[in-house]
Amino acid sequence: MRRAIHALVASVVLVLGATQAMAVELAAEQVLRKGNGAEPQTLDPHKAEGVPSSNILRDLYEGLTGEAPNGDIVPGAAESWTISEDGTVYTFRLREAARWSNGDPVTAQDFVFGLRRSADPMTASKYAQILAPIENAERVVAGELPVEELAVRALDDLTVEIRLKAPTPYFLGLLNHSSTYPVHRPSIEEHGDKFSRPGNLVGNGAYVLSEWVVQSHIVLERNPQYWDDENTTINTVYYYATEDQSSELKRYRAGELDYTYDVPVSQVAWIRENLGDELQVSTYLGVYYFGFNVTKPPFKDNVKLRRALSMAIDRQVICDKIVKLGEQPAYGFVPPGITGYESQVADYADLDREARFAEARRLYREAGYSEDNPLQVEIRYNTHENHKKVSLAVAAMWRAVLGVDYTLINEEWKVFLQTRKLKQDTEVFRAGWIGDYNDPYTFLELLHSKHGINDSGYNNPEYDALLAEIAVQTDMARRAKLMEQAERMLLADQPIMPIYYYVEKGLVKPYVDGFVSNIMDHHYTKHWRILAH
Amino acid sequence: MLSFALKRLTAAIPTLLVLITLAFFMMRLAPGGPFDLEKPVPPEVRANLDAAYGLDKPLLVQYANYLGDVLQGDLGPSFQYVDYSVNELIAQGFPVSLKLGISAMIVAVVFGSLFGMIAAMRQNSVTDYSMMTVAMTGISIPNFVVAPLLILVFAVALGWLPAGGWNNGAWPNMVLPVIALALPQVAYVARIMRGSMIEVLRSNYLRTARAKGLPMRQVMLRHALKPAFLPVLSYLGPATAGIITGSVVMEQIFSIPGLGRFFVQGALNRDYTLVLGVVIFYGALIIVFNFLVDLLYSVLDPKVRAQ
Repeated sequence: MRRAIHALVASVVLVLGATQAMAVELAAEQVLRKGNGAEPQTLDPHKAEGVPSSNILRDLYEGLTGEAPNGDIVPGAAESWTISEDGTVYTFRLREAARWSNGDPVTAQDFVFGLRRSADPMTASKYAQILAPIENAERVVAGELPVEELAVRALDDLTVEIRLKAPTPYFLGLLNHSSTYPVHRPSIEEHGDKFSRPGNLVGNGAYVLSEWVVQSHIVLERNPQYWDDENTTINTVYYYATEDQSSELKRYRAGELDYTYDVPVSQVAWIRENLGDELQVSTYLGVYYFGFNVTKPPFKDNVKLRRALSMAIDRQVICDKIVKLGEQPAYGFVPPGITGYESQVADYADLDREARFAEARRLYREAGYSEDNPLQVEIRYNTHENHKKVSLAVAAMWRAVLGVDYTLINEEWKVFLQTRKLKQDTEVFRAGWIGDYNDPYTFLELLHSKHGINDSGYNNPEYDALLAEIAVQTDMARRAKLMEQAERMLLADQPIMPIYYYVEKGLVKPYVDGFVSNIMDHHYTKHWRILAH
Repeated sequence: MLSFALKRLTAAIPTLLVLITLAFFMMRLAPGGPFDLEKPVPPEVRANLDAAYGLDKPLLVQYANYLGDVLQGDLGPSFQYVDYSVNELIAQGFPVSLKLGISAMIVAVVFGSLFGMIAAMRQNSVTDYSMMTVAMTGISIPNFVVAPLLILVFAVALGWLPAGGWNNGAWPNMVLPVIALALPQVAYVARIMRGSMIEVLRSNYLRTARAKGLPMRQVMLRHALKPAFLPVLSYLGPATAGIITGSVVMEQIFSIPGLGRFFVQGALNRDYTLVLGVVIFYGALIIVFNFLVDLLYSVLDPKVRAQ
């Protein structure tokens, strides 16, 4: 009966939609088949890391805030919120109509339980640091305080209050990260570690888990209990594990996938020619760069050499001839496209090629190197075709412009991470970073002297002080200025050498409607529909 | 017979023990661990994780604990696929690899033996040479080259068969991977069969059978096939184990959720328990297959039985 009513509602909505809009015709079968990269590690929102898991969790759960197709923050499970004047107390009002997929109401207590579980040392969440802006979170994660001390509480069944230790302008954006999702307490208590299996998983998102074959696919069905189900069109979504990009492309061409997670770089020319309309390339909040180990010679206290090397690279050539998907040359560290922030570029960005190379040669000589006494340098990268090509191009440019002697060293990923962290053997190393949230701070904090990923070993007290000031700054305009100043400091000191800004790339069938590229590359199946084809 | 079987099985235990020990310590010698991520987890979280998985204990204690669990049939939780235990992952992946491997082996044995027999009967004829040329080509072209070609022709261009996926082992999904896996095996089996068949055809007892005036069909099927098949059989044991454990590349190309992919991904992610679990499982499997071949051999070959 429910299904019948459901179908009726759906068809009414369809008819209304069809008459109101430009009369688009929808496919009878609303099934979406997405390539999703590697096998997701988990569907437990508080243990999840990595894009494949997050993509699926976005359909299964809903945080306090949600995202519009273009990436703007919109109300999610909370219909509204207020922020205290000093920016540290957030009060969320939940939707009365919000339900778990088993019909239970979504309450403020569910969010409190979820956030506490996420911070609980027993959960051992790898992304617990997302919660760091919340008062006491870090001490709870460290096991120094009981989880009840986390500054999150239910004022009543529909009101959640979260207190922060300092104003955090990107906080609303963190609330659609899976680490902050609510979880359904009774089903976790009943099923324990197996709560995230089909049949056990109770979510509050637009879809519910129906099948999971590890290394093959995950199937989600529409959740009729979702508060906005009437505006959802797609009934079933398949997430296929597609870690091999060539295989994924073939399956897409054979009509088995409607959307690919990635495209094989080696076949970009063919794709552009034959599937040009279906190739979606958009800017992504990520930067590809090389780091210098500034704790050891030759880069220790040698900004001239670091600048010379950075200036001797023709980034446009790397973008056009090697990575080839429309990546933009990076002269700054924070990718462009973040609202309210003006991306900074190194002072030599505007020089033409020859002038830049001449300046590079001058700095190289001033740093004490010459043709007779060339710099001998090791460039280290993790084993990957693309990294090999880029590293080789960088090395070749250094040799051509400055006469540098280089050795390329590749290492398997986990070995590479360890070498990089030890800072003993590394000289120049490849790196990349995708922002965790839509704010420049997610990039700038990487070079704080105490940050875990500061594998350059950059240690500038002025820079650290600037970051500390940014962290507590409530005046947004002032904060942006401080961040711009920090980025300029970084670019002048050059402990890192940005190469290009990542792009997000994938193939989307023409009959998939609703795909909007956004800088975080977050997509919700509920925003999409399948047109007749 | 029984004592032979028992002796073989007892000998397997120390072999497995050595395998487990070597695999355990080699895995730990590899730089980097399961929780070494690009974005490092804070030390407190790292401590929580290590405690949750027992990695905070001394290595020898971990080894003893692991061995104890394995003896009880528990291969532990997976580090990478945190929602599953290694036992569950093997239970999910192995039937897929097994079905794929056995199907490919059946195709290989049937067609390989047939081609080998025909080639042997027409020794040094055009049929023989052309068949053996095809077989050599089959052996020399790796199946990771053949597989994408098959997909391009039969899935992308003609649209007759799926380009990938397993679909619970439905036959259309199996055709291309089975062909790709079987092709080099067909070639191997055909060559082995041809060689042994030529030898058998020249033997005295076969000449006697033909001299008695038995029809060729009966000579081949009743008298020649069984002895000629013995070398194929001894190849079959390790080959079947190899094809089941070594179909990683095919599983990758055809997006098949078999055990091979778990193994490779597990090693890259330093999923200690998953890799160890698969190694132990594979090790046991190879021992079992070799054992089965020995048993079959003794059934088919009276000389072995007598020993």
